[in-house]
Amino acid sequence: MTNTATEARSVVVERELPHPPDKIWRALTQPHLIEEWLMKTDFQPVVDHRFNLRGDWGTVDCQVMALEPNKTLSYSWVAMGLDSVVTWTLTPTRTGTHLRMEQSGFRTDQQQAYQGAKYGWQKFFTGLERVVGGLS
Amino acid sequence: MPDARDVIFRTLADPTRRALFERLCREGETTVGALTARAGISQPAVSKHLRVLKQAGLVHDRHEGRQTHYSAQAGALAPLIDWTTEMTGFWQGRFDHLEDLLNRMDQ
Repeated sequence: MTNTATEARSVVVERELPHPPDKIWRALTQPHLIEEWLMKTDFQPVVDHRFNLRGDWGTVDCQVMALEPNKTLSYSWVAMGLDSVVTWTLTPTRTGTHLRMEQSGFRTDQQQAYQGAKYGWQKFFTGLERVVGGLS
Repeated sequence: MPDARDVIFRTLADPTRRALFERLCREGETTVGALTARAGISQPAVSKHLRVLKQAGLVHDRHEGRQTHYSAQAGALAPLIDWTTEMTGFWQGRFDHLEDLLNRMDQ
């Protein structure tokens, strides 16, 4: 999932933060803290746990997919008809933490059961990039 | 137009349908028969998926004799590009809130 075509359909936001990873991890995983910067939630740091994020504009259905304390956290993000995956990566630096968020579009539950889905998925992005390139 | 976007996202969420659309993007105009030959599903199933893609504006069909040719419609993908732009703005705003929170947690 690292080819450039995949990147084209992903949202990546990164920032250097002057705070240690364990502190940022708390902000990413404790519901009363998540509510302060993201949305109201019943998140629990447990793989397969289903939770919601509730904003003024609607609800996002989520499920924890993977986590490694102070290092990485990913959860599915289903909203407005688009299934996606949000992955947080925390990398310690000399002055704090490099925090990276990547949201990748179009993961679906069906995809997990679909033979060769990953291959097809990458090819989809390759084709999409070609089409999008042809737009301009 | 959230409705149009919703339709496109739902249409492409099906992996079989997405694979068909991807092939049309990659290979250009293709007949239903050629699509079926390598789809691993029946022609009626392929035709059904193509109808859904057409309803979403993602493909265009052209009849020639007994054959129907399908092609991908690039312009229909604009909502997907908009989604990427919107979500980037959303997350940048949330990162700002997160930084504020982290500064407050210091105290």
